[in-house]
Amino acid sequence: MAILDHARAQVLGDGEGLDEAGVLAVLSLPDDEVPAALQLAHEVRMRWCGPEVEVEGIVSLKTGGCPEDCHFCSQSGLFTSPVRSVWLDIPALVEAARQTAATGATEFCIVAAVRRPDERLMAQMREGVAAIRAAVDIQIAASLGMLTQAQVDQLVEMGVHRYNHNLETARSYFPQVVTTHTYQERWETLRMVRDAGLEVCCGGILGLGESIGQRAEFAVELAALAPHEVPLNFLNPRPGTPLGDRPIVDGRDALRAIAAFRLALPRTILRYAGGREITLGDLGTRDGLLGGINAVIVGNYLTTLGRPAADDLALLEELRMPVKALSATL
Amino acid sequence: MIWCARCGGALSNRGADRGADRGTDRGTDRGAAPAVDGDAPPAVDGDAAPAAARGGHEACAAALALEPPRFCPRCRRRMKVQVLPTGWVATCVEHGRTQG
Repeated sequence: MAILDHARAQVLGDGEGLDEAGVLAVLSLPDDEVPAALQLAHEVRMRWCGPEVEVEGIVSLKTGGCPEDCHFCSQSGLFTSPVRSVWLDIPALVEAARQTAATGATEFCIVAAVRRPDERLMAQMREGVAAIRAAVDIQIAASLGMLTQAQVDQLVEMGVHRYNHNLETARSYFPQVVTTHTYQERWETLRMVRDAGLEVCCGGILGLGESIGQRAEFAVELAALAPHEVPLNFLNPRPGTPLGDRPIVDGRDALRAIAAFRLALPRTILRYAGGREITLGDLGTRDGLLGGINAVIVGNYLTTLGRPAADDLALLEELRMPVKALSATL
Repeated sequence: MIWCARCGGALSNRGADRGADRGTDRGTDRGAAPAVDGDAPPAVDGDAAPAAARGGHEACAAALALEPPRFCPRCRRRMKVQVLPTGWVATCVEHGRTQG
C-alpha cells in the first residue's frame, strides 16, 4: 500500500504523475489492493479533470488496404484479414457525424488506414470536414497516419482541432509490433502536430505481448509527451493478424492499467477505446469510469462494433457524470 | 448452403449443392481469409475446415455480437463492409447490400 500512500500525496495532492517505478508498482499491486488503486485514480481524475466525461464517435473514412504491418490491425493489406478496402463517401461521412452528435458527443474523429495521407485523401478530408462543419455542430478530429508539415498546416486550415496518432506501445517493444516504420517517425508527427497548435491525442493498445515493465515504460513515455488525450485500447485479437491468437487482457490487469495510467497522467483526458467490451464487459465499463477514465468512444469502432451508445450514456447518467458540453470544448 | 457471415465456413446445408458437403472453409477457426476479394472462393478439402466450421459456429455467433458480417451468407464472397457509429453496411458484389 506504500505506493498508494505515495501517490495520494504526489498525484492527488500535487498533480504530479508517478514515475516509471511508481507506475510499475501500481501495475504490480495484488488483487485485493486494486479497488483502492481505482478509488485513488478516481479521486485524482475528479480533482484534476473534474466530473465531466468527453464523449466521442469515430468513423473510418478509408478502411483496409494499409501498407503498414501493425501486427494488431485487421486493416493491414499485408495480412490475410477478412477486412476489405472501402472508402466512405461524403454524404455518408456527414451522416455519421450527425449520428454521433445525436448521442451527445462533442468529438467526431475521422480515421484512415494509411501510412500517410496522399492528395486524394487530403482532398476527401477537405471536402468532408467542410461538409460536416456546415451541417453538424461537433468538433472534428483526425487520424490519418504520419504527416508532413504541409499536411499538418492543411489540417489546421480545415478546422481540425485534434489529431490522433498513437505510439501504440512502449518504445522498447514497438519493433515487435510494427516493422514498416519506427517509433521515432511517429514521435516526429506528434511533435509537428503539437507545434502547430493542434490538440494531441496519443495512446495505444495494451495486451500486445508487452511486459508489465513495458506497460509502465509506455505510461511514462506518454506522460513525457503530455498529450491532451490518451485513448486506452485493449487488444481485441483480430483474425488473420500476427496477434490474432494473443490472449485477451485479464480484466483485473486492465483495471490495474487504468488506475496506473491515470496516476501517471493526472490531468489528461483518459479515454476508454477499443477492446473494453471483450476485456471488461459491462461491469468493467462502470469500474473504469469509477477508476480514472473520463472519456469514452461511444457506438461502433472502425471495423468492429461497440456497446450501444445509449447504454454508455445511461451509465453516465446513473453515475451522475455529466457529458462534456460542446461549449466547454470550444 | 448457407455460409457463416463471420468465418465464411459452411453453416448449414439445404441439400441443393452436393459439392458444398465437402467442406469449404478456408481459414482458421478464428476466421477465414479468402484469396480474392469478391470472387467466389475455391473449395478445399473438408479436413482443412476449422473446428468452428465443422461445429455449430457458437463462437462465431457470439463474436458477431461485436462484429459486422464479413462473408455473404448466400455465396460466401468476402463483402465490403463499412462500419458506422451506429450501424454497418455490408455489400456483396453479387447479392447487394445488407445493413444492421
